Amino acid sequence: MASTLRASRWLIYAVLIGTALFMLMPLLVVVLNSFRTAVEIGRSSVIGWPTGFAWENYISAWGHYCIAQRCEGIKPYMWNSFALVIPATIISTLLGAIAGYSISLWRFRGDTTMYAIVVMGVFLPEQMKLIPWALVLRELGLNDTITALVLIHTVQGISFTTLFCRNYYVGIPQDLIKAAKVDGAGYFRIFWRIVMPLSPPILIVTVIWQFTGIWNDFLMGVTFTAGSQQPVTAALIAIATTAPTDVPQYGVQSAAVLLAALPTLLVYFLGGRYFLRGLTAGAVK
Amino acid sequence: MRARLGRYLPLVIIWLPLLINAAHVVGFTAWTTWLSFTPSDLLPEYSWAGVRSYRAVLRTPSTEIAYINLLLYSVGFVGVSTVAGFVLAVLIDQRIRIENLLRTIYLYPLAVSFVVTGAVWSWLFNPGLGIEKFVRGLGWSSFHFDWIANRDYALWTIVIAAIWRGVGFAMALFLAGLRSIDPDLHKAAQIDGAGPWRYYLRIVLPGMAPVAISVLVIQLQYAIKTFDLVRAMTGGGPGISTTLPALVVYDFMFQRAQLGRGTASAVLLLLSLLVVLVPYYAYAHWRARKDKAHG
Repeated sequence: MASTLRASRWLIYAVLIGTALFMLMPLLVVVLNSFRTAVEIGRSSVIGWPTGFAWENYISAWGHYCIAQRCEGIKPYMWNSFALVIPATIISTLLGAIAGYSISLWRFRGDTTMYAIVVMGVFLPEQMKLIPWALVLRELGLNDTITALVLIHTVQGISFTTLFCRNYYVGIPQDLIKAAKVDGAGYFRIFWRIVMPLSPPILIVTVIWQFTGIWNDFLMGVTFTAGSQQPVTAALIAIATTAPTDVPQYGVQSAAVLLAALPTLLVYFLGGRYFLRGLTAGAVK
Repeated sequence: MRARLGRYLPLVIIWLPLLINAAHVVGFTAWTTWLSFTPSDLLPEYSWAGVRSYRAVLRTPSTEIAYINLLLYSVGFVGVSTVAGFVLAVLIDQRIRIENLLRTIYLYPLAVSFVVTGAVWSWLFNPGLGIEKFVRGLGWSSFHFDWIANRDYALWTIVIAAIWRGVGFAMALFLAGLRSIDPDLHKAAQIDGAGPWRYYLRIVLPGMAPVAISVLVIQLQYAIKTFDLVRAMTGGGPGISTTLPALVVYDFMFQRAQLGRGTASAVLLLLSLLVVLVPYYAYAHWRARKDKAHG
């Protein structure tokens, strides 16, 4: 009995660790490749241990690797991504906090309809919005600008951020709000004095998810920007899939891919607890 | 003046974000739907053309291939990641020492973009570069693994990459569900002499049904929207053998610049999403009412 129990423990660990290795494999492959030279990879395969530390892969990937005839590495695209993700994340989170508060704690006529539209917005495929966005951006003269992507991600983000905040704020006792109203507190006072001090956890969750989602967006970036205005996720496609005529540089490409993934990976490893909370709260609801 | 501002400012602040959102969600959906019934081609035109674009889209071979692919991809990806996610959650729930580490490893793919993961998987599946070459290098020189270059099998490489990305998500949801089961039930089962198998089959599995439905629905809607992963891994190829509905929409809209057909195929994509979501909401509504009735 004891030995079958021990055997089953071993089996459980074997399955779990085996799965973990499968999950880690792509990350491991990229990390190792980023230190291998093109010659090395060409001789064996993308799977292999580096014989030296080819740091120059990173220097090249960051600063002068050629992407679609521009030899500046991924640096400019990384800055584009930061320039778009920071304002879009902050603005959409703030709007979501306000809208979430209005819907959940400040009853008004039409609040359930607005909530239903928020939920619809979370599920609506982006393909349904592409042509309207294209036409709106042309009217506004924002074609091929980072501003356009900030606008798109801010507006698109409202559904997600409102839902996140609303689901959190419904947990605030309604009596607390009523008591404040009796004391003469208005919409803004209740928001600042009661709702905001309770909000840090949900704001962190929302910021983490917005940052990750916007940084990783590909469709909007590739549709509405080109060349020097592209965010890094859109530019990566050109790096990862080299034209057949080019000499493949998988070491440099691995370094570029890793650098582009680094911001969201860091956010994930540092804020994992909050990441998980958003996952369950946002998904099961 | 100040008093009036005090009365109207909250109304503005309440309605502004919500109206922007409504304009974007309802307005854009209506706009796209409207365009799908117009003769729009390179430029939008706002006259009536009936279901002409829909007919054209449904007659296009890529549409048929895309929806057959979507069906296979959904069954493969959603089925395997849900079952594997459940098994992993049960195993992790056995008081595993390294639980936090494992959970972090299983979930990290969600933090990385499809473009990054797709690129890496395409290298691994590339026969002249990845797994095939590696295994041959180990000495097994007749080893064959070129699914990604094969019309009949390429879709399954995308299924594998999607499972890799989605299994941790399913695991996390199931684990949260398992942790919410009343621990007394376990004790009661032990007292009744039920072994671990009976306990899981009779008590846990039925209790997990609502979580399983959530997992299925969320994964299915991901599957229907899948675009980036295919773009990064195969670009829809070889030929159009791995295309999916979301890629067909993009192709009509921006590669062929046929607005009418592009919007019509976007509406079809939305309808296929509704096929999944409407029953789910009906079910959720029904469950909420049942819970209320039982107090």
